[in-house]
Amino acid sequence: MRKGHTDTMKKLLIYLRDYKKETVFAPLFKMLEATFELFVPLVMAAIIDRGIGQADTGYVLKMGGILVALGLIGLLCSITAQYFAAKAAVGFSTGLKHALFDHIQSLSFTEIDTLGTSTLITRMTSDVNQVQNGVNMVLRLFLRSPFIVFGAMIMAFTIDAKAAMIFVVTIPLLAVVVFGIMALTMPMYKKVQAGLDAVLSTTRENLTGARVIRAFHKEEEETGRFEEKNGFLTHLQLVVGRISALTNPVTYIIINAATILLLYTGAVRVDNGSITQGEVVALVNYMSQILVELIKLANLIITITKALACANRIEAVFEVESSMRWQEAAACADSESGLTAGGGKASGTDARQGNQSGQKAQRDLAVEFDHVHLTYGGAGAESLSDIHIQVPKGQTVGIIGGTGSGKSSLVNMIPRFYDATAGTVRVDGRDVKLYGMEELREKIGIVLQKAVLFRGTIRDNLRWGKGDATDEELWEALRLAQAKEFVETKEGRLDAFVAQEGRNLSGGQRQRLTIARALVAKPEILILDDSASALDYATDAALRRALKELPGETTVFIVSQRASSIQHADQIIVLEDGEMAGIGTHEELLAECEVYQEIYYSQRQT
Amino acid sequence: MGQKETFGRVLRYIKKYWLYLAASIVMASVTVALTLYFPILTGRVIDLVIGAGQVDFGNVFVILRQMAVIAVATGAAQWIMNVCNNKMTYRIVQDIRNDAFRRIEILPLKYIDAHSYGEVVSRVIADVDQFADGLLMGFTQFFTGVITILGTLGFMLSVNVAVTGVVVLVTPLSFFVAGFIAKKTFTMFHLQSETRGEQTALIEEMVGNQKVVQAFSHEDEALAEFDEINGRLQGCSLRAIFFSSLTNPSTRFVNNLVYAGVAVVGAVYAVHGGISVGQLSCFLSYANQYTKPFNEISGVVTELQNALACAARIFALIEEESQTPEPEGAVTLKDVEGRVELSHVDFSYVPDKKLITDLNLAVKPGQRVAIVGPTGCGKTTVINLLMRFYDVDKGKICVDGADIREVTRRSLRENYGMVLQETWLKSGTIRDNIVMGRPDATEEEVIAAAKASHAHSFIKRLSKGYDTVIGEDGGSLSQGQKQLLCITRVMLCLPPMLILDEATSSIDTRTEIRIQKAFATMMQGRTSFIVAHRLSTIREADVILVMKDGNIIEQGNHETLLGKKGFYAGLYESQFAL
Repeated sequence: MRKGHTDTMKKLLIYLRDYKKETVFAPLFKMLEATFELFVPLVMAAIIDRGIGQADTGYVLKMGGILVALGLIGLLCSITAQYFAAKAAVGFSTGLKHALFDHIQSLSFTEIDTLGTSTLITRMTSDVNQVQNGVNMVLRLFLRSPFIVFGAMIMAFTIDAKAAMIFVVTIPLLAVVVFGIMALTMPMYKKVQAGLDAVLSTTRENLTGARVIRAFHKEEEETGRFEEKNGFLTHLQLVVGRISALTNPVTYIIINAATILLLYTGAVRVDNGSITQGEVVALVNYMSQILVELIKLANLIITITKALACANRIEAVFEVESSMRWQEAAACADSESGLTAGGGKASGTDARQGNQSGQKAQRDLAVEFDHVHLTYGGAGAESLSDIHIQVPKGQTVGIIGGTGSGKSSLVNMIPRFYDATAGTVRVDGRDVKLYGMEELREKIGIVLQKAVLFRGTIRDNLRWGKGDATDEELWEALRLAQAKEFVETKEGRLDAFVAQEGRNLSGGQRQRLTIARALVAKPEILILDDSASALDYATDAALRRALKELPGETTVFIVSQRASSIQHADQIIVLEDGEMAGIGTHEELLAECEVYQEIYYSQRQT
Repeated sequence: MGQKETFGRVLRYIKKYWLYLAASIVMASVTVALTLYFPILTGRVIDLVIGAGQVDFGNVFVILRQMAVIAVATGAAQWIMNVCNNKMTYRIVQDIRNDAFRRIEILPLKYIDAHSYGEVVSRVIADVDQFADGLLMGFTQFFTGVITILGTLGFMLSVNVAVTGVVVLVTPLSFFVAGFIAKKTFTMFHLQSETRGEQTALIEEMVGNQKVVQAFSHEDEALAEFDEINGRLQGCSLRAIFFSSLTNPSTRFVNNLVYAGVAVVGAVYAVHGGISVGQLSCFLSYANQYTKPFNEISGVVTELQNALACAARIFALIEEESQTPEPEGAVTLKDVEGRVELSHVDFSYVPDKKLITDLNLAVKPGQRVAIVGPTGCGKTTVINLLMRFYDVDKGKICVDGADIREVTRRSLRENYGMVLQETWLKSGTIRDNIVMGRPDATEEEVIAAAKASHAHSFIKRLSKGYDTVIGEDGGSLSQGQKQLLCITRVMLCLPPMLILDEATSSIDTRTEIRIQKAFATMMQGRTSFIVAHRLSTIREADVILVMKDGNIIEQGNHETLLGKKGFYAGLYESQFAL
């Protein structure tokens, strides 16, 4: 368990590498400060033995001055140390956050789906802050405390070796107690955290589901469930509290037992003339310095425990590797045609045609699915089975099917958001796995189901598609996306402000802007994944008419639940339960495909 | 709520555990007294150890033995104190959380709708935690701190007044320094938290919508934007952290000054025989001990204030007015026929913004009522009133002739089956969710219900079928699948009245038509209220209520309404005009 922690720390600590100087200097100056503190008992012993013993008031004053000077130098060292520690800790977290952000952006959709975005956000924010805090405290105190402890022991040796042996025994004993309790409680604190999470999620659930819970009169049952979880949490807290409550009393007893021994030994040594009375006082002072440091250490340990737990959670994100490998540079387009379907069972004439057609024909295909299967990570059943489609350049393809039939999955495979479990997806005749990421995604404009915009102006948002797009290009895209009219009425027009996630716009406005955003890039392949659902029928129709104006080479995929949206497509793919239930034109499907007929008539009957 | 009042309420929670509190205070006093006594004994031993051959071993042993007893007693007292404090704090926290939760269960929906979930959750979790920390710290450090200061002062005064004077005079300096630094760093911390907020917003946006970012290959730009804020944050964090971290060294420096002062003044006194060396050593350890609780207490006071502020927020929740309690002798609705009457109903969410005025409606048992109208016209409000999630302002709603305010909520709601547009599932298995309304349903009944709602085929394909555990709010299920489960839930218990509020909005039309068939059988002989956008699903209703701006502007069946050529006819045509 402890080993796990050190490993974690080691991996994250590389973000301190740009702050080597600070990382070394911070504890160094802390030690310097501690060193000056360690001189204090010696000065005190001198005051007692010489100042008081020889009634030398001048000497007392001089030594008093030295005490103040020691304090002052200590202050300067300490301030320097604090500065270096703060700089290293803040620099560390800045670097860590940068790396984490970069890493998260490199994850493929599969990993983002499994991790969930909300955890990623908390890890990037509150967890990183905790770790920063931990690093700062460690640099400031973690070396100082052991240094004082061992320093006090060494100083004791300079006074009297025999009395110092008491320090030699006491310190390991204290270490065993402090670290033993820590090792015992650390895993328990993790359980407490999990208990708190359970209490939290029950509370949340009862707020979000208030209507349903009341409709099914589950209030009492839910209260019972909550009290059980809450009781369990309290139980855990009490158990761990009882153990950690031991730390202070036990260390106190050990230190004072040592003090008693020290006084006894001191008395014997003074009696036979080995040491002076002032030196006994100094020895006792060293022992109490250890006590003070231990209390600080105990508080520090709590911070460190928390920081380590958070570091673990961050490390867990780093350990998730993208399951997708992208080609570094674009590989040669022709080197590929051998790499065809692994898992596809030949089905029908399409397959044979696909394999027999020469490379030239293949290149005329904008998109090709070659017996593609897809199973999402952790899912039981296939989401797509044996999808086989060929889409020539410039075609418009409609994809229709019920909820969960795999429509989105299918189009998400074109920009390679997910990799096929078996089979091959080709764009421009080339396996998508042989593209560089940007190379592939530049060809494709995809409008996702969830219409999201980002904080900034409308212009900022539209330029996501093409960084240097002119206003004319933007307006043209807006016109095509049927968004021109409403943008013109906005104050500031292209400079109109868009709130986080586009919250200040209506669903329909957001959808049209996301379509315009994709159009600005003038993609070779345009994918609309149910992106017109919030538009009324008339606007939807106008949008489809406008898309016809796109340059002839543009291939368009339209995913929809509305038959009217895809009716005029060159090919319509009908999906049911992840399988192709039909492919063809509207007329063909209406004549042959039962599923399509059902969908079509269900929406026509009035 | 004033601080005093809040404090009073905290005391009420503490009262139950007064024994622990008393024990804790007694043990704290014992601990402090013994801790303070220990240096005195040390001093006495030192005074007995004057030089070679001048050691009074007999008395040394006596005192050492006393010291050993005291050390063990102190440790024991400290432990008992800690355990009492822990027990008291965590039990109080448990009580408060239970009270808060119980309140949540009976809060009117008005409150829940008006407050963000995050806010309420953070009261129950974060605020209570903060309060617990403050309370625990208060118990452990405040008492001991105050007693230590008083005790130390007393002991010091009894030994030497002048040296005590030095300690008392110099110590406030450390307060002054700490206060000065806190004031100066406030703006820096403010800037830091602002920048941090900006960064969090960016993270939420970019990480939360990572798919869009990747679809546009926007990663580099996003990272650049992130780095810009990150850089600014680095700058202001460094300032805030560094300047605030000056507090410790500065107060320690003041402590060192106190120490030096005691050493010099004490030594000068000792030279003139005013105090002994042992007493001086005792003073030196007091000088260390005396300043420490001051620093701690100033921390504790901020912490306690914070804890009280948190407590005030929790108590505000706990004391929030609950829904109208059921009247004495509330009737239990039994064998409901399904006659529903709304007479002269007025309702508004906000007092000065009228929503529903003088709504009248009489529904015969088994009738199908459809509610249509543009967004925000009050359709869902009618449902809220029927289920008694909200109470009417004026007029009354009756079921089978009984005013619903005079029947138990439980029996009223039991007789309604409700499917809302916003699907909600609890964490647990699929089966748990389906049997919510009828926990005793058999496996066959569950599957039959799932088949009727067309949920069976997708459930079957999940990795563990009906035993698949779904996370909070449905987890990985699609919106449509969640809606199917909600429908299954109602299919299983089949209450005499139904409410379908946009129940099929996320389901594709083909499945919807199948479900509508199932609904149709289900609605047979049941009074039902249906809210929907799709007019085709409502055409068959017995009564159609056309609502606009909170009023029912038209009422009748499909044919008569079309004949009127009014608002409904307009709505109907607009949907099918292309």
